[in-house]
Amino acid sequence: MITKRIIPCLDVKNGRVVKGVNFEGLHDVSSPVELAEYYSRAGADELVFYDITASAEGRALFTDILTETARRVFIPLTVGGGINTVADFDRVLKCGADKVSVNSGAIRRPELVGEAARLYGDQCVVLSVDVKRVDGEFRVFARGGRDDTGMEAISWIRRCVDAGAGEVVVNSIDTDGVKGGFDLQMLDAVCRAVSVPVIASGGAGCTEDFITLFSSLPRVDAGLAASIFHFGEVKIRDLKEEMRRRGIPARI
Amino acid sequence: MIAIIDYGVGNLFSLCSSFAAIGAEAEIVRDADALRAADRIVLPGVGAFGDAADKLRASGLAAPLCEEARAGKPILGICLGMQLLFEKSYEYGVHDGLALLPGVIRPIAERIPAGYKIPHIGWNALTFTGAPSPLFSRIKDGDCVYFVHSYAAEDCGDCVIATAEYGAPLTAAAARENVFGCQFHPEKSGEVGLSILRAFCEIS
Repeated sequence: MITKRIIPCLDVKNGRVVKGVNFEGLHDVSSPVELAEYYSRAGADELVFYDITASAEGRALFTDILTETARRVFIPLTVGGGINTVADFDRVLKCGADKVSVNSGAIRRPELVGEAARLYGDQCVVLSVDVKRVDGEFRVFARGGRDDTGMEAISWIRRCVDAGAGEVVVNSIDTDGVKGGFDLQMLDAVCRAVSVPVIASGGAGCTEDFITLFSSLPRVDAGLAASIFHFGEVKIRDLKEEMRRRGIPARI
Repeated sequence: MIAIIDYGVGNLFSLCSSFAAIGAEAEIVRDADALRAADRIVLPGVGAFGDAADKLRASGLAAPLCEEARAGKPILGICLGMQLLFEKSYEYGVHDGLALLPGVIRPIAERIPAGYKIPHIGWNALTFTGAPSPLFSRIKDGDCVYFVHSYAAEDCGDCVIATAEYGAPLTAAAARENVFGCQFHPEKSGEVGLSILRAFCEIS
């Protein structure tokens, strides 16, 4: 039976993990490589690295970090942030990424999804989308949730999946940071619209939020979170044991 | 030395890194002499069967690979590399494989119930079948490995050594004598995956 995936997400700036991290036993709490190894040992099913660097030097540091991580961590690695061209795909795939997530780059130039899928396969292209309710509809936001694109989210997601996106990360701006649970209504709407794996993001505050997510929406494939893992509020091992206890397939 | 065949299909970075992580000496090879000199051979691959089969034949490595396999050298095909070891594939047409393992490659969509997503992507448990395989000497039945595929081997007779349940039992690994294939990615399957690669390195 296929298991539900638990995915920690690391924001990386100038080669360092940005959001505060608080772990015992980690020498360098802002080293993406050490943190990735820690999560892999703890039972993470996959890792997402978001490059939030603006400078060229920072970008070079990021690819160094990625290479080193891929040398030491043997679970799937997804990379996002600053992916605007097929050349960006090539750059991170060569450094050991397995999947590449596109967000604003696809909004600026939607052909990117199809171009990348043809070159690297659908399984390599992850559509990441920041969604917020505006005037009673789900609206796509760009630039890390700052700009309202005016596009309706479900049709945008469907369009990208048709073009070759092999997975969709749905980040609800409405629930992000609130720690009151995932946005079940939004995720349900996405699951009904597409047949590729859907990864829930935004809103996880505790173990129970993951249980609710997977029990009420069996078509959601994975849950992604950052700070609750980084701060140790939810331990991946405990979370997965609880999932199993509650009849949700999890890899331990 | 382990030869990892480079025929222009897919990224070999993780595979090389995972052999390095278990202390095995692996080398990316592109010519027949290097293939013959190796103790064991890994055939990787991602993408479409027809294109990969053409590239493997064009590389001039298909024939020496088959000779080495028949001479008894341990061979491990991974993902599309595994599929190439079978007789035929029905992915976008009909394409001949290397026929080192009995069976054909068909879309999993024909086998699984409606509602299951395709590709089969994520971590799934292995169910061992048949006699214990040396490839699994270091792991146990029920361990999870990472899959990404839309096609799988069928009609493999008794060469299936593990299946994965996805609405139907899909062929997860197959073997006949010294020839082994994993539909999943051991290089992306954490400690379990590394244990499988370690076991492959120990097969004599």
